[in-house]
Amino acid sequence: MALEIIESCVNCFACEPLCPNKAILEAKPHFLIDADKCTECLGDFADAQCVAICPIEGAILDELGAEMNPPGSLTGIPPERWAAVQAEIRAR
Amino acid sequence: MDLPVIAPEAPNAGGCSSGSCGSTADQLGGLSDAIRARVQDHPCYSENAHHYFARMHVAVAPACNIQCHYCNRKYDCANESRPGVVSELLTPDQAVKKTLAVAATIPQMTVLGIAGPGDPLANPARTFETFRQLAQKAPDIKLCVSTNGLTLPDHVEELAKHNIDHVTITINCVDPDVGAKIYPWIFWKNKRIHGREAAAILIAQQQKGLEMLVARGILVKVNSVLIPGVNDEHLKEVSQIVKAKGAFLHNVMPLIAEAEHGTFYGVMGQRSPRPDELKALQDACEGDMNMMRHCRQCRADAVGLLGEDRGDEFTLDKIDAMDIDYEAAMAVRAELRARVTAELEAKRQKAHAPAPQVIQFMQRPQKSALVGRRVLMAVAAKSGVVAVHFGHAKEFLVYEASAAGAKFVGHRKAEQYCAGDETCGDGESVLDRTIKALAGCEVVLCSKIGIEPWGKLEAAGIQPNGEHAMEPVADAVMAVWNEMLAAGKLDAKVAAAKCA
Repeated sequence: MALEIIESCVNCFACEPLCPNKAILEAKPHFLIDADKCTECLGDFADAQCVAICPIEGAILDELGAEMNPPGSLTGIPPERWAAVQAEIRAR
Repeated sequence: MDLPVIAPEAPNAGGCSSGSCGSTADQLGGLSDAIRARVQDHPCYSENAHHYFARMHVAVAPACNIQCHYCNRKYDCANESRPGVVSELLTPDQAVKKTLAVAATIPQMTVLGIAGPGDPLANPARTFETFRQLAQKAPDIKLCVSTNGLTLPDHVEELAKHNIDHVTITINCVDPDVGAKIYPWIFWKNKRIHGREAAAILIAQQQKGLEMLVARGILVKVNSVLIPGVNDEHLKEVSQIVKAKGAFLHNVMPLIAEAEHGTFYGVMGQRSPRPDELKALQDACEGDMNMMRHCRQCRADAVGLLGEDRGDEFTLDKIDAMDIDYEAAMAVRAELRARVTAELEAKRQKAHAPAPQVIQFMQRPQKSALVGRRVLMAVAAKSGVVAVHFGHAKEFLVYEASAAGAKFVGHRKAEQYCAGDETCGDGESVLDRTIKALAGCEVVLCSKIGIEPWGKLEAAGIQPNGEHAMEPVADAVMAVWNEMLAAGKLDAKVAAAKCA
């Protein structure tokens, strides 16, 4: 089992020092998780540390590809509201 | 010849009102000499100093441990100017190199701050490595840091060790119920915590950190974001509490919320405060402490005087091409700082000196000044002088003129309508927007102004005035106020008629 960081990562470094397995690598264009080292913090912490501090919804996936922080869970913005406002901005 | 004695309670046009100094508009008027000496060359803390001294932020701190509803961590735009936004993240080594380059090129640069784009104390290794190197290589630069306060108590010792003289804490609330509407989550003891519980922890840590810093003799400024309907009334209580705990300055800033910024408040339609709402709150808090009114809410990588940004001149590739002799630069910097400090001190002495009796005599007929109402005036100024063409002004300083003197109360951003050929077609609407931004002001002072904006300003009830070009701002504002007074425009009846 391992987590994955994808391209929406903003390279903010918040997760990197927290990883108990030193599985997070500073890389371009975005940070990466070494799947061989990642344990999802099992045995170390109740919550996966990168997931618990990451500010970007959808930037970390579990091994099934599910978003660990789904849309709206961190910002509090309902996804339908977000979509409506983006459409309005594009229409300007 | 006997001169009449003015009653002690008569306001002296050159003296100080309770919160700030009338004639110099120095927000530090109420401070002790010891604190003033520590902040007189800090552009962010001294309204006077910001005309002469520059600051820079180095963006070495990307990580954050909380989420605020006015912040979007994805945003990174060169054309956007607000806190939390940067173009280029720096390593500590790069930040030190950039700081030395800027200090050598801009001798007015006295202050280096770390302000983000995340929280500096959520990046302790990067932040303190930068401070450690700078304390060694550039001992003439003041170091400061701003933080959300969550981990502040853990870092007070280290801050003191690096000789950090000033810390800014952003405190938007002291009530967790208010906090729950501002902070959706914090990262605390290896967990993400949401809602009221998160706000309660954050508030407790901020207050503890504030107390610890004050106990160590480190100057603390408190920043608060004014969010209409969320913490507006509550900020009066915040102001009282932080003052009682020893913060020396309170800076209430307006919320910046636009849908395109992608922040919670922007997307959800939370409005920003109007200038008059901001001023009313600052006035209400001022009875309790020194309020800062010249904040420009700069980026986490801003460089230069407040209100200007010279960051483009100091990108990493440009710095690499520079050859810096810091020893020589330091000598130039010391000379400039001594000259400006002496100039400011002379100004202050002059403003605070008892007025000669003959002047008091001259002022006697102005007893009617006591009833003259307060008037807001916008000024297109540079370096404390009415020196900018109306159409070229990027911002207007707003002064409140009254019998007590000219008091600086804020600034309004303007769009330059006279920016060249390509934009001329759009000139009219830009001028309209600028006039809108000046709402509440009755006069606008500038060095020059064209016929078209003159007419439009007059039509909007704002009197343009170009007769005080190159005069010191406070003198010009008071001259206009006295003219209005003499013309009978300032008695209560006129004001009432205007309001009706």
